[in-house]
Amino acid sequence: MAESMSVKDLNLYYGDHQALKDITLDMPAGKVTAFIGPSGCGKSTLLRCLNRMNDRIEGCRVEGTVKLGDTDVYENYDVYELRRRVGMVFQKPNPFPLSIYDNVAYGPRHHGKPSKAELDQIVETTLTDVGLWDEVKDKLDHSGLSLSGGQAQRLCIARALAVNPGVLLMDEPTSALDPISTGLVEELAVKVAKEHTVIIVTHNMQQATRISTKCAFFYLGELVEAAPTAQLFSTPKDKRTEDYLTGRFG
Amino acid sequence: MTAIGEKTVSNKSESTAEVVGVSPKRGIERRGQIITGLCVTLVVVLVVTLIFMVCSRGLATFTKDGIPLGSFFGGTTWNPHQNGADGVPLVGALPMIVGSFSVTLLSCLIALPFALGASIFVVEIAPGFGSKIFRPLTEVLVGIPSVVFGLVGLGIIVPWMRGLVGGTGYGILSASIVLAFMILPTITSLSTDALAAVPNSYRDGSYGLGCTRWQTIVGVVLPSALPGILTAIIMGMSRAFGEALAVQMVIGNAAQMPQGLFTPASTLTSVLTMGMGNEAMGTLPNDVLWALAMVLLIMSLVFILIVHLIGRKGAAKND
Repeated sequence: MAESMSVKDLNLYYGDHQALKDITLDMPAGKVTAFIGPSGCGKSTLLRCLNRMNDRIEGCRVEGTVKLGDTDVYENYDVYELRRRVGMVFQKPNPFPLSIYDNVAYGPRHHGKPSKAELDQIVETTLTDVGLWDEVKDKLDHSGLSLSGGQAQRLCIARALAVNPGVLLMDEPTSALDPISTGLVEELAVKVAKEHTVIIVTHNMQQATRISTKCAFFYLGELVEAAPTAQLFSTPKDKRTEDYLTGRFG
Repeated sequence: MTAIGEKTVSNKSESTAEVVGVSPKRGIERRGQIITGLCVTLVVVLVVTLIFMVCSRGLATFTKDGIPLGSFFGGTTWNPHQNGADGVPLVGALPMIVGSFSVTLLSCLIALPFALGASIFVVEIAPGFGSKIFRPLTEVLVGIPSVVFGLVGLGIIVPWMRGLVGGTGYGILSASIVLAFMILPTITSLSTDALAAVPNSYRDGSYGLGCTRWQTIVGVVLPSALPGILTAIIMGMSRAFGEALAVQMVIGNAAQMPQGLFTPASTLTSVLTMGMGNEAMGTLPNDVLWALAMVLLIMSLVFILIVHLIGRKGAAKND
């Protein structure tokens, strides 16, 4: 079940340095929301607030509210349950050095005691969903590290989907991939968003226009502008957005 | 003189306009190659002659002195100066082989849980403490001479054993405990390295799926570090297997088949250090000691071989 997320008056500090300033943003359920902006603008940092991966960074302090549905994720959520419901795909494909099967079964195994038959079912369904089943069904016992970059990233997406999260965070998931693999991952993001809200960070503006319905532009830790993607790209309200989109900086 | 000679040569070649003034550099190149090449040759020659010497002396037991392999590896009585009922000298090495393997395995078994626990703590739980205090500390421990461990064993563990189970207090368990102390820093330090080498992206992946720290450690970190941890264990075993002095001080040095953990026994190394000074070169009692040394040497080669096999498998796995 796709869930919505929202951020209100969010400020984030690394020690004394303020990395995010007064961010307020809604990310609608069942859609793809894209974060764009130049390097160091805080878009990945915001993404990592949504499933509290920033908790692991020493000296990182968050003020304001982040909600999953109607529930505050910093106040009312067990962090492990939150991360099960808000999955994450990373910039560099990071399959575990385990078999392809165990990679997908990893999450379900740690969130309950599924039977072998249930696991087999989950593995087949999720690998089919990411379009990897036909490529790997005869070598499920091979190491996840034996896959190519694009396959590995789709395996990581399958691994995240196997625990059926309401939201899937993607942190520049195609920046290490070739154009064909990038295309496959983009199609996949659009496809899975119906069941698992997708929030994607990207450097690539074309990618944002291709797949997202809502787009947020960040600059120097501020949310400059957020709007439906078509509107943001055709009639940006802020001068900085326009300059970035037309390639005057970035 | 040479420099001048070389200069003349280079001037000559300049005049023929083929090679311009490179001779001095080329000379340095060649000298460098020769010097480093000689060093390599020296090391290789040393290793080869060492192996050759130990093996030729050791094999003399079987070729020159005519001891059947069976009565050396299978015999349980060690008394090279006497002949058995069948006229063959009593050179059964089985008690020492069993003794060596028991103290090695037992000491590893004792040390491993502590080493693994400590390295998990300093890598996964308190990395700051680990890198600033714990790692330098283990490095110091690695460097402590074995005689110190032997003394501690003699002064504390042997009396403690005596009080606990009676008898002399010398024996396989005492030796294993002393060895466990000795190899603990080796295994800890190597398995710490192995855990620290696990890429953070694996941890991110696991935490990102909502796993706890322990689930992450057991599910991803330990499996990824397994080749390194196995290497750490083998290095510890090889150190325990080859240790002579500390073991000799606490094992009791009775060249008999080990009856239990608490009775005096002996190992290949302890018999070697006790006996080597007392036997004349070229006699049978001396030759069988060389045969023991050969067994030791082969075992350490096997340990190294295992480490390499693991390393290759681990490298292939992480590609």
